[in-house]
Amino acid sequence: MKFFTKIYTILFFLSLPIIAFSSDEEFKKFISENKSFIHKSSAKTITPIIDEISKFNSIKVEDFLTTWREKKLWYLKEDGKIIKVSTKDKKNYEIVDFFTNKIIGNVGKKEIKQIKPNSGVRAIISSALVKFQLQNKDLQIRKKTFENLARNPKEKFRIPLREAIINEVDPTLREKMERFEKLLTVKFEKDIKKRIDAIFSFKNDLGIDVRGALNQLLETRLVVKKEIPEGTNVSQILIPEFGYLKKSIENFKTFIDDQKKSKFTDTDAYGILVNKNIAPAPISNDKIKEILSSQLEQGFIDLEEIKTLNSLNGRLKVFNELVREGIVEKGISIEEMTLLVKQYKYFYEYLEPSKEITDTVSITLNSINKRVGVFQFIDLTIEGISLASIYFLAAIGLAITFGVMRVINMAHGEFIMMGAYSGYVVQQFITNYTISILISIPIAFLITFFAGVIMERLVIRKLYKRPLETLLATFGISIALQQLAKLIFGTQARPLTSPSWLDGSLVINEIISISWIRVAILFLSIIFTLILVLILNKTRFGLETRAVTQNPKMAASMGVNPERINMLTFGLGSGIAGIAGVGIGLYAKVTSELGADYIVQSFMTVVVGGVGSIWGTLAGATLIGFLQKGIEWFNPSNTLAAQTYMIIFIIIFIQFRPKGIIALKGRAAGD
Amino acid sequence: MKKIINFTKIALASIFFVSSSFPSIADIKIGILHSLSGTLAISETTLKDTMLYLIDKQNAKGGINGEKLVPVVVDPASDWPLFAEKARELLTVQKVDVMFGCWTSVSRKSVLPVIEELNGLLFYPVQYEGEESSKNVFYTGAAPNQQAIPATDYYLEELGVEKFALLGTDYVYPRTTNKILNQYLIDKGIPESDIFVNYTPFGHSDWSKIVSDVVALGADGKKVGVISTINGDANIGFYKELAAAGVSADDIPVVAFSVGEEELSGLDTTNLVGHLAAWNYFQSAESDLNDEFVAEWKSVMGTERVTNDPMEAHVIGFNMYVKAVEKAGTTDVDAVRAAMYGIKVPNMTGGMAEMLPNHHLSKPVLIGEIQADGQFDIISQTTEVPGDAWTDFLSESAPLISDWKDLGCGMYNKETSTCIQLKSNY
Amino acid sequence: MLKLIKTMDFKTICFCLFFILFSLIITLLSDLIFGSISTNFVKVLGKTLMLCLAAIALDLVWGYCGILSLGHFAFFALGGYLIGMWLMYERTKEIIIQAFAEQLLPPTPSEIKEAIGIQIFGVVGGSEIPSIWIFADYLFIHLFLIIFIPGLLALIFGWLAFRSRVTGVYLSILTQAMTLALSLYLLQNDSGLRGNNGLSGLQNIPGFTSFPQSIISILFLWASTLALILGFIIATFITKSKLGKLIQGIRDDEDRIRFLGYNVETYKLFVFVISAIMAAIAGALYYPQAGIVNPSELAPIASIYLAVWVSIGGRGKLIGAVIGAAFVSLISSFFTSGQIPDLNLGFIIISWVDWWLIILGLSFVIVTLFTPGGLISAFENIYKRSFER
Repeated sequence: MKFFTKIYTILFFLSLPIIAFSSDEEFKKFISENKSFIHKSSAKTITPIIDEISKFNSIKVEDFLTTWREKKLWYLKEDGKIIKVSTKDKKNYEIVDFFTNKIIGNVGKKEIKQIKPNSGVRAIISSALVKFQLQNKDLQIRKKTFENLARNPKEKFRIPLREAIINEVDPTLREKMERFEKLLTVKFEKDIKKRIDAIFSFKNDLGIDVRGALNQLLETRLVVKKEIPEGTNVSQILIPEFGYLKKSIENFKTFIDDQKKSKFTDTDAYGILVNKNIAPAPISNDKIKEILSSQLEQGFIDLEEIKTLNSLNGRLKVFNELVREGIVEKGISIEEMTLLVKQYKYFYEYLEPSKEITDTVSITLNSINKRVGVFQFIDLTIEGISLASIYFLAAIGLAITFGVMRVINMAHGEFIMMGAYSGYVVQQFITNYTISILISIPIAFLITFFAGVIMERLVIRKLYKRPLETLLATFGISIALQQLAKLIFGTQARPLTSPSWLDGSLVINEIISISWIRVAILFLSIIFTLILVLILNKTRFGLETRAVTQNPKMAASMGVNPERINMLTFGLGSGIAGIAGVGIGLYAKVTSELGADYIVQSFMTVVVGGVGSIWGTLAGATLIGFLQKGIEWFNPSNTLAAQTYMIIFIIIFIQFRPKGIIALKGRAAGD
Repeated sequence: MKKIINFTKIALASIFFVSSSFPSIADIKIGILHSLSGTLAISETTLKDTMLYLIDKQNAKGGINGEKLVPVVVDPASDWPLFAEKARELLTVQKVDVMFGCWTSVSRKSVLPVIEELNGLLFYPVQYEGEESSKNVFYTGAAPNQQAIPATDYYLEELGVEKFALLGTDYVYPRTTNKILNQYLIDKGIPESDIFVNYTPFGHSDWSKIVSDVVALGADGKKVGVISTINGDANIGFYKELAAAGVSADDIPVVAFSVGEEELSGLDTTNLVGHLAAWNYFQSAESDLNDEFVAEWKSVMGTERVTNDPMEAHVIGFNMYVKAVEKAGTTDVDAVRAAMYGIKVPNMTGGMAEMLPNHHLSKPVLIGEIQADGQFDIISQTTEVPGDAWTDFLSESAPLISDWKDLGCGMYNKETSTCIQLKSNY
Repeated sequence: MLKLIKTMDFKTICFCLFFILFSLIITLLSDLIFGSISTNFVKVLGKTLMLCLAAIALDLVWGYCGILSLGHFAFFALGGYLIGMWLMYERTKEIIIQAFAEQLLPPTPSEIKEAIGIQIFGVVGGSEIPSIWIFADYLFIHLFLIIFIPGLLALIFGWLAFRSRVTGVYLSILTQAMTLALSLYLLQNDSGLRGNNGLSGLQNIPGFTSFPQSIISILFLWASTLALILGFIIATFITKSKLGKLIQGIRDDEDRIRFLGYNVETYKLFVFVISAIMAAIAGALYYPQAGIVNPSELAPIASIYLAVWVSIGGRGKLIGAVIGAAFVSLISSFFTSGQIPDLNLGFIIISWVDWWLIILGLSFVIVTLFTPGGLISAFENIYKRSFER
């Protein structure tokens, strides 16, 4: 079926008159003749149609292509006529003739169908629209058109682009166009001198499209020849190391071209020869098995021998016997194989014939890649900082309560979750995202503050003497809260949407970028560090808290009410968890399990950093954040492994600093 | 001490009493084995609701062969061993005639030995990695060739993608699917160095590095496409990061196999417009059957609820079961199974779904683009594709076929003409 | 051995007799004889017994030695993994050899291995047998490994932790980290233990594949009963011995014991390792009954649950641990079975499946707040009071 369609297409285009069409009528006729291609378009077959369409000298062409791209064309199921739909309510669709804009009538939904070009087809349409819209009056359309052009660079765009540059008034767009024009020069220019100049001019450009274009010029292919022909632009000559054939012949596999391989052996070389049908495949174990199986089926092997076939040696023996009897052919010997390997040269050849160009590209790419490496490192650092700030925010509340009260709050994660959900609830009432986020931060703080205070009064206060059991009681509260959240909000993740000014990312250059949400979280953690430091160091409450942290009995005898302090610190710690929840909800997801995901991580942060110190938590979060990113960098394909290694590292780390990075000194450290 | 013993006895006795004292009338009992608590409850509760809705509807029509349908709901609580335990309970204590259930492959693998031992019947509604065909399971979700392969073809042919990033959660479905896709792409001439694979844990939230790695793949000038088998909640963070990085679907398209209407309802999709998903069903499918189903679903469950692919799979599976029981005239598992082959029921996306002898369905493959309202715009729909239990693209499973009707074997080696095993591998 | 028997007091004998009697009754009632208890429930009971053993193991370190390990399920699951490897390998081997028997060409050992690899790891997208499966063909080596590997892990971890005097809450968090690290490691497909899928189909015992599960479940029930009784006796023996007094001393005041000249770390390490081995044996008997072992089994939360059971039952008393584990795990599965009718309070409908966790969570709080000795001491109090009258 497909085959016939293809033939039909070819025949059809052969029959097309070569002279360009010139009027709307002919355009209309063309569309109606080719409507079936447009109804169900495929990127594979649509290109010639769109090429033809864009050749028409009709004012309707641009309109047609834009409407088509925006999925606003429909067709009548009855006769396939392409139409527009002007108004639609649930039942009645008013259909309009595309060319005349006249209303044809009202139809039901069943009678028409929307034309939905897929994004491949839309890209082709966009390419065709370049020549119409690159000099459009509207700057936005020009920008969009230029983006489409840049996405799909073609030689034919060079002339329209040059024209557009001359007429472009917007300086930034013009700059981009000029840069891109140079990139087209790199790609398509015939004159080697001009091309080399263009390549050199990109020396300091980090753009991914530049690297893309340059890397493409360095593409190679693997060639096997007896001699390297004169004038070949060789990238690398492979010299096989000998002596591996003997070991690997039994498990011989065909060669896979993998340039990352460190060693090129004679087995690889022979594999290439087999792949290219220059040499016969050697008698490997699989081959022997294949031959023996077919011999068995034909009944050439007697019963006694069949029993011996259950080992490789036995099989080889029978095989050799078959060879001796002349039933099967002997395989190629290792000596012969080595000889064959030695007869050929193996090398990678650039697809680009000019050595001058490939050399220039290599030099330029090297200098770009060096800079890319440096910036990638900076980017990784920024990502580490960002992760650290998230961990810090999640853990700081815990650090405060743990530090002051020596109590582990397993429900800390659920306070984070409560914060995130309060953010979600606030958004249900206040639809302006900016205001809702600003409001939800104090609300989340208040809710979790009071939840913390209540929990302290009802449960934790009674368990001060039994810290291990607090752990279990708070765990009970944790699962109850989690389930409660599930009952109230359902199990489905809820959206906590950031205001639009937090969309996108802070782009420093092509490589370094960080999403605004992460920047916001970073700010949030910095602000909280400062506020906490201020509270703890400059207020009466802070002074008392520090006193209780260091020695509760002594503090009590100095007139500090440790119960009050405990309650307030617990509330403060929980409140901060609530705010952390809003931040985390913004960048990840809001589910009832949100908190549970962070709880062990938070404990780690506190333990590594050292109990009872903001700076310790900061140090712990930084260490863990950087460590995780670092391990991820070494092993990018497995994020899970990064987490495992990190925890093992922490366990070992605690061996050396059991009290964390920043340990309390003096009497407080005594427990 | 005595009292303790007494108390324990009473406790045990009461449990035992309740668990075995249910009446067994001659009704048709339908076991529903979906998690109602735990991490999977997100997805599975909907399926339980779907089943209850279908059973109610069928009862309103007078049941099957005059017998009423009785649902038996249990909660395996997203705990894999519990799936096996509950399945055994359903089959031996409740004596159900058929089960509809499971979500992840692990849960299915956990249930398999039990239903194969006790000769039960399970309808499994989720897309999965294939490489399995059990005598006792009907797979109404998509096999890889009904979802992953057509989506990859779409990438190769329609979008001209030359470099692939296969991102997945680290578990069996992404692992096997990616292994199949890897081989498929190599067969299609994509060099292995142009396939980037990454696995992340369940519920992963820190996506910045991975997204920037994917963007950096474009550095050699090839068009990059992402094939995502990321599961569940982790998708939210991933798409948020994707949107923040400004990755447009025109530059780097993402096609997801585990993201449906339900998952999208958890996030704002305005920045994701144009990214793709491949399924056998979308809520936006145009057919009378679907319009009716969506309308009824919303009227029963509330207007904000959406429909999705596994729900359609359950609808098809249930309708097929009803027809098979009507045809067989009994609920006996072997008779129903024999009656299942070749049964056709209409898809909600148009066309007919047919139960094949390998216990998979023939269904059309749809590719949809994400829209701003969280729905999908269907831009490609194939004709019905028959599901393939053993993929043809891996050397070890290429010679295998499954045919329970004529060959009576789910793992049959065509080359050696032997049945490797009757039970499935779990 | 004699010494062991000598230490058996009245309580211990009662305990043993009770469980033997219990298993006898269950056997009589099971599908094999009277058929009024389903195989499923026998399995549940068998598993519960093993949870009780794990609880005894935890009580030994926590209740008697003051080390709150929130990572005991790591050992438990490791035991399951180690027996599971053998179970899976052997069962698959049986299948493979059967399949090859139909072929003309007899298979070589390496072909059998390869086929087993594809069969086991094909499911998770692999095909080669990883090197950690090297002993999977030998039951006795694996039985030894069930003791050796968790013991070794406990030894290394305990040595590291106790050496640097990590105690109290810190230690609990570290044990959480240990089990989290192990579960994350096992979650990786590359760990060679089938990643998230874990090992499944463990209820099929190689060599017994023709036996119905009703028999196998009873066999395992008895094995579990024996293991529990043995574990109880050993734990009683340890706690009653001089060593037991010493570790209780460590629990109450570690520094004082240290000043008395004892090497506290060694004693702690000893108890920790013994306890880990007990947990591992419990796991090795639990998972063949559960049918599947995978990384989610050793998620941090599982170990916390274990601690909660012990705490509810009453820590520092072995019977308390057993009661806690049995009571809470059975009642949990009872309430989440979805068969209890919803409770309609008029303004709200309480569906037990949804509300059970909330009730459970709050009851943890109540038990810790009001009965620090757990259920057992509550019973004892009632018992005493009724006598005093």
